[in-house]
Amino acid sequence: MNNDRLREWLNRLSPVFVLLVVYLLFVLVAPASFSSVRNLELIIRQTTIVGITGLGMTMVIIGGGIDLAVGSVVALVTVVIAWLLAHGTTPLAAAAGGLLAGLICGLLNGVLITRLKLVPFIVTLGTLLVFRGLAKGLAHEQKIDAPLSWLNELSAAIKPDHAWTLVPPGVWIFAVLAFLVALVLRYTRFGLHTLAIGSNEQAARLCGVPIEKTKLVVYALSGLFAGIAGLMQFSRLTVGDPTVAAGLELDAIAAVVIGGGSLAGGEGSVLGTIVGALIMTVIRSGCTQIGLSNWLQEMITGVIIISAVVLDRLRHRQRT
Amino acid sequence: MTEAVRLQVEGVTVRFGGTIALDGVHLSVAPGEVLALVGENGAGKSTLMKVLSGAILPDAGTMTLDGQPYGPRDPREARNHGIAMIYQELSLAPSLTVRDNIMLGVEPARMGVLDDRQMNEQAGKALAELGHAIPLDAPVKWLSVSDQQLVEIARASAVGCRVLILDEPTSSITQTDVQRLFQLIRRMKAAGQSIIYISHFIEEVREIADRFVVLRDGQSVGAGNVADHSTAQIVALMVGRELQDLHPRSARSPGEPILEVTGLSSLPRVNSATLALKSGEVVGIFGLVGSGRSDLVRAIFGLAPVQSGKVRVGIYEGAGTPARRWSQGIGIVSEDRKSEGLALSRSIAENLILPYPQSVESGALLSPSRMKQAARGWIDRLSVRCRSADQKIAELSGGNQQKIALARLLHRDVDVLLLDEPTRGIDVGCKRQIFELIDSLATQNKAVLMISSYLPDLLGICDRIAVMNRGRLSPPRPVSELDEHAIMLAAVGSGTGDRP
Repeated sequence: MNNDRLREWLNRLSPVFVLLVVYLLFVLVAPASFSSVRNLELIIRQTTIVGITGLGMTMVIIGGGIDLAVGSVVALVTVVIAWLLAHGTTPLAAAAGGLLAGLICGLLNGVLITRLKLVPFIVTLGTLLVFRGLAKGLAHEQKIDAPLSWLNELSAAIKPDHAWTLVPPGVWIFAVLAFLVALVLRYTRFGLHTLAIGSNEQAARLCGVPIEKTKLVVYALSGLFAGIAGLMQFSRLTVGDPTVAAGLELDAIAAVVIGGGSLAGGEGSVLGTIVGALIMTVIRSGCTQIGLSNWLQEMITGVIIISAVVLDRLRHRQRT
Repeated sequence: MTEAVRLQVEGVTVRFGGTIALDGVHLSVAPGEVLALVGENGAGKSTLMKVLSGAILPDAGTMTLDGQPYGPRDPREARNHGIAMIYQELSLAPSLTVRDNIMLGVEPARMGVLDDRQMNEQAGKALAELGHAIPLDAPVKWLSVSDQQLVEIARASAVGCRVLILDEPTSSITQTDVQRLFQLIRRMKAAGQSIIYISHFIEEVREIADRFVVLRDGQSVGAGNVADHSTAQIVALMVGRELQDLHPRSARSPGEPILEVTGLSSLPRVNSATLALKSGEVVGIFGLVGSGRSDLVRAIFGLAPVQSGKVRVGIYEGAGTPARRWSQGIGIVSEDRKSEGLALSRSIAENLILPYPQSVESGALLSPSRMKQAARGWIDRLSVRCRSADQKIAELSGGNQQKIALARLLHRDVDVLLLDEPTRGIDVGCKRQIFELIDSLATQNKAVLMISSYLPDLLGICDRIAVMNRGRLSPPRPVSELDEHAIMLAAVGSGTGDRP
């Protein structure tokens, strides 16, 4: 049993090893600028958006579902925030409005999935288009300019006089959220129910787990997290852009899967997802600095995703 | 009965459409008693389980639990009343820990935050009461099947179970684990719990149960103390029915062996099976659910891996894939028509030619008109009731679906037909037609290997019958030397001593 437990821990940490290996590889081959502290900070900042989206996606996937709409939600939220700012609301109210929009999108997904008994893939594929279209309509198919405010500092590089914060507030928000989600999954009834539904929905129903309610909350949270990611995206862009974050959902799913999540449900972890997101950013950053073209970066990322799943399966075969 | 009654079931009746699944069933179980519920496959045991667990509402009848009216509307309500069910298929969440599985649905929590200490305590206590140590924080998927079963029982007792219902609990565990389970049942019995033990293994029933109730064709046809009845008497109650004349039998003249199976083993359930099937004969395999009968034909057909042993088909030797078996002249009708046998959302014609698309190709392309023509031919010959050859399989009745599944084999013109429960769930008219078809195939020198759990069908249509019991296949014997009691004894017996 002790052996099993040790192996389980190694399994759980194996994405971390992969991250270290990938990072060290680039330290060796890339120019010195890659291993600078500045670049490290940049990598972490660039991971924030996909990372926060990935937190929601982790819960969804652990619960046996999928949420394809998060990229469109991010775009919609940037538009909502910019529109509100441009119409004279305070930055705080604009941010709250953006998060509310994200939450409503998530709730809508949850309601459609639980009430109409449709599969999450179809529902969120549909709302992916609906939300994207809504964002474009709201913005009249162009970027919405907004006055600069403190919102833009959330994910901007930190100024020298704030060096003591190490990273910008957005990254801290990400860290706190990650910690919270990990706690919720491990220590709350809701977390246990989500895991149980993803692992065996029939068994969960038999035990009296409120399936519909749990799913509704999961998708609502996924929308809310996409909303927070949208806030970060706006902070970086300083405008509302209805075409931004196309394909973000796939990056978020990839992060979960690289981190050991199973699309069949019941498996996945917050740590894994963060590491998965970091692995993808490191590859992108490293390839850019070596001077590899975009197409090569994409292919390498694709290979990493497939290898991660193959590795995962090999590890599980060893167990049994 | 003068003593207290824990659960009483009176006159429970369940109808599905026109058929009566349960017809005025009576039973009662006292605290500290083990009641065995026995009956053949399809006798209504699982329907009764579903009524007790709230999955089906009965059309008539009453139930009382400790004197209070009991009528659960869903599994959750049954669980809250202390009726716990351990199904053949375990229902645990594999990636959750032992502790979380035991406490699922009844977690102690404050404001939604789990109380870890209480969870450990309660789950640990439930396991300790069963007298077994399983690490609470191990994911359930790491455990053996029998340990998983234990976790399910612990889950039942964690909510204060009053009646524990076990459905064929020994079908997938080893002999030593069976003894462990029996000790556990005895301990729960001593603690005053009521246990309903469903099984078709009479030997087990004799060992563990105090009383028994026999279900047959949806009715409770007998009950008594286990000690006062012999195994043969209980089996007689299980079987006792009249033969119906559904089974034509022409004069057959079996030829050379065309399918020979020697010492075939296939995990998990087939253990060294040997059988020779001659052209022009129908051989039956009888066995209860879980005996390994389907696994045997699946291994022959290459649908399950062969561990050891040989299969010879005509001039071909060795293991085969399903594709190779088709080309060697073997075809199969699956026991599970809906999920494996047919593509329900596709048309009759498409399903029909699936194993033999070559027959309707012109050049490299499928010819829709020849597909339809082929389908129409078989629709006429087997009098399949349908609108057209383009109609979806899902829209046909069970019997007509099964005719298409069989027509597939005829269209490919195979020499050996492996039929797994070919008449399950179809009406009497279609049944009769299918038996006529099987009989006429035998006279055309085809070889038929047929599995059925309905003995009169096997006795009516087969030339020889072999019995499968816990993975072991008895040598086939001519039907003239067999009767229902002997076959049933061999199928429910525990050892090698009482083969037919």
